[in-house]
Amino acid sequence: METLLTILNEPAVTAVLLALLPLAFILVYALVVLYGEMKMAAHIQNRLAYMENGWHGTLQPFADMLKLLQKEDIIPAAADKFLFILAPYLVFVGTYASFAVLPFSSGYIGSNIDLGIFYLVAVSSLVVVGLLMSGWASNNKWSLFGALRSAAQIVSYEIPGVLAILGVVMVYGTMNMQTMTQMQEGGIQNWLILGGDLPLGQKLALIPFVFVLFVIYLISSMAEVNRTPFDLPEAESELVQGYNTEYSGMKFAIFYLAEYANLFLVSAVVVVMFFGGWSSPFGSFMNGPVWGGFWFVAKGMFFVFFNIWLRWTLPRLRVDQLMYVSWKVLTPFALVCIVAIGFIMVV
Amino acid sequence: MTETTETIKTSTGRVLRTEEMVVNMGPQHPSTHGVLRLEVVLDGEIVVDVIPHMGYLHRCFEKHCEHMTSYQQVVPYVDRMDYVASMTNEMAYAVAAEKLLKIEVPERVHYIRIIMSELQRIASHLIAIGTFGIDMGAFTPFLYYFRDRERILELFEMTCGARLLYNYIWIGGLSHDLPPGFIEKTREFITDFKKTLKEVNDLLNYNEIFIKRTANVGVLPKDLAINYACSGPMLRGSGVSWDLRRDDPYTLYDRFEWDVIVGKGEMGTVGDVWDRNMVRQREMWESLRIIEQALASLPEGDVQKAIPKRIRPVPGDAYGRVEGPRGELGFYIVAEDSVTPYRIKARAPAFVNLSVINEISKGAMLADLVAIIGSIDIVLGEVDR
Amino acid sequence: MTAQEIHDILKAQFGDAVLEAKLENVPDPFAKVQADRILDIAAFVRGDERLQFDYLMCLSGVDYKGKLGVTYHLYSMVHRHKFVLKVEVPTDAPNVPSVESVWKTADWHEREAFDLYGLNFTGHPDLRRILLPYDWEGHPLRKDYQTPEYYNGMKVPY
Repeated sequence: METLLTILNEPAVTAVLLALLPLAFILVYALVVLYGEMKMAAHIQNRLAYMENGWHGTLQPFADMLKLLQKEDIIPAAADKFLFILAPYLVFVGTYASFAVLPFSSGYIGSNIDLGIFYLVAVSSLVVVGLLMSGWASNNKWSLFGALRSAAQIVSYEIPGVLAILGVVMVYGTMNMQTMTQMQEGGIQNWLILGGDLPLGQKLALIPFVFVLFVIYLISSMAEVNRTPFDLPEAESELVQGYNTEYSGMKFAIFYLAEYANLFLVSAVVVVMFFGGWSSPFGSFMNGPVWGGFWFVAKGMFFVFFNIWLRWTLPRLRVDQLMYVSWKVLTPFALVCIVAIGFIMVV
Repeated sequence: MTETTETIKTSTGRVLRTEEMVVNMGPQHPSTHGVLRLEVVLDGEIVVDVIPHMGYLHRCFEKHCEHMTSYQQVVPYVDRMDYVASMTNEMAYAVAAEKLLKIEVPERVHYIRIIMSELQRIASHLIAIGTFGIDMGAFTPFLYYFRDRERILELFEMTCGARLLYNYIWIGGLSHDLPPGFIEKTREFITDFKKTLKEVNDLLNYNEIFIKRTANVGVLPKDLAINYACSGPMLRGSGVSWDLRRDDPYTLYDRFEWDVIVGKGEMGTVGDVWDRNMVRQREMWESLRIIEQALASLPEGDVQKAIPKRIRPVPGDAYGRVEGPRGELGFYIVAEDSVTPYRIKARAPAFVNLSVINEISKGAMLADLVAIIGSIDIVLGEVDR
Repeated sequence: MTAQEIHDILKAQFGDAVLEAKLENVPDPFAKVQADRILDIAAFVRGDERLQFDYLMCLSGVDYKGKLGVTYHLYSMVHRHKFVLKVEVPTDAPNVPSVESVWKTADWHEREAFDLYGLNFTGHPDLRRILLPYDWEGHPLRKDYQTPEYYNGMKVPY
């Protein structure tokens, strides 16, 4: 017991344990969302989904997980074995590393660095490398197509996404995500989507532009996580399953996990930037480190739900239309908003 | 097949080449609606050439027919051609055989056949539009369409006991009369269906993304459509007002009041994918109109009165055709002095419609190709026979 | 236009190439024509103002035991009349000119007839098998067809 405590008091061990917290969160969250997505999709589509395992099929995600764990891990004979194995982990690492700067509550943030959101944008781009790698290594034309599409898509949508972030950063004057959240504390009226904690005039002038930036970021984040209407990289009816066609078993599960983790990540960024992060909507009521965690996850989950909702409602765009939306619609609008926000903040 | 399409010289003098890529779409691919294999030559995402290969579902239908012990025995085989619209297959075969044998069937039989084939048309169009939605990435409408189709299948099940392969329309008559309660249940279905049809129509066909994906894609001009002998919604989508039910009436279609739907190019060009899809959607309303009228004036009679006991036709041949959900479904029957058919050729609409694919998908994008296949509405069981 | 009138126009234009005809008391009136003239006749019936057979409903191969035949079911969208043309060729020299250049739809129909009957459509741009595998031997719808014992090592008769 004594030794255990000493080991736990070791700073390195504490750091590792704290770093593993998001992983635990991702695993639990993935199970919940797996179940939630299936149920939601089913109810949107007028059917029941899982009903057999446990009450209303609540044990189904565990069964799915066990099945994936037991599955044979097939590596195609002509695949580039090293890259093939590396790719899913790289995708997951890219996503997981971004969780380091997410302020889950006032008491917990993996790494409270000043470059916060900049780091997040940079690291999450690792995902592209992983996807490209998986498509190439699979030695399958459809996979390659999917990978190329996803590279083009994610890179294109990073531009309006980053421009939207830039506009927001101009309001806050910081890239530290914890500070951003702290600046929005004190109730719903201080959230950036409602103009932030600023004098009334500035606040009112800011609201329309911030709202446009919010929509731009929401759309480009959807594109970045490859979900309908932007799920072209894995467009089932066109590319079979896109970059993960050849993957099976645990590697496929990791792609899946990374996709869901990424989904929460972009939702969390939306929450931090526009919806007050972990701060309570009621000012000091229900506020605090623990409530903070609750609010953060709850708000994040709302946007996850929003994504799922759209996914099961809308058809898919075509490649050229996708690029059109990014370059000719979102990017110019984001630039206009940045200029306007600059004026408002200076005046 | 692969050839250099473009050569770029870099500043250092290195030569970069771009190559066309040949991909095999199918036979196992989610959106080839069965086991069609398309050899697609792609320049990036642009389709340069499409070469269809089929026959994966070839079940020697025509050879089988020559080895039956009677003409009547062919009917269950006919069912298995276009397995999502079996009633119309039977109808077409019956029409062709009755033309050869010069059989007059009672009016009640005609009416019931019309009701069945119109219900079948709705069921088939529901699948066509639903799977087309899936091709576009919209999964949800598919299940809505299937919910309504299920009720039609229930109606068929109560009529003849089978949900898909009916063996119901026989030469000269029907295997059963309508069961008690059928008319009420059908009326009930029509009332409910009118509501849901409008709902799903708004959800899918007028969705902005859906329109963007389908308008001006895979345009099939009028003259090309006729030259390729396209038929059904494919031909009507191209703006040709042409429906065998009206223009070459078989059974008693000329008694009912309904309209032929044609594509007008509302969202883009006449004859694009959206038009073809919309023709199917609107045709369902017309089918409902026909069913309502037929139910209202259903005559009495014995449905098995005209069924011949033994079929031994005068040597000769006959070609009978009906308007199936996919287009002109014809049977060419050659008879010799025997109780078995000498030769039966099925003119499958999906087979003929599919032959135009190369023509209309050149220059489209890969995603458009999927839309085009979906809009042709092929059933591989019928293409390959 | 009645079948008799159509037949008269054909007879006037092609004379001896139109062999025999059955125009009454049959479900579909037809005319048998010389096989090697079918392309000219097809081009004529499609182009002629009075006939305008622009729609080839069906093209079927038939085995008449000793002879192979092709039946063309024609329809005119403009005049709304039908006619059937038939050709017959000896089984050992089954050459029929392709009408693919007149009606594009004949492309696949002719490939099918080639596949199942071994009819050789001369002038067809791409005469390959269509329903059977490319390496299949024989033409199964011929009446004298013998099912092979094995196909690629698989036993065929079951």
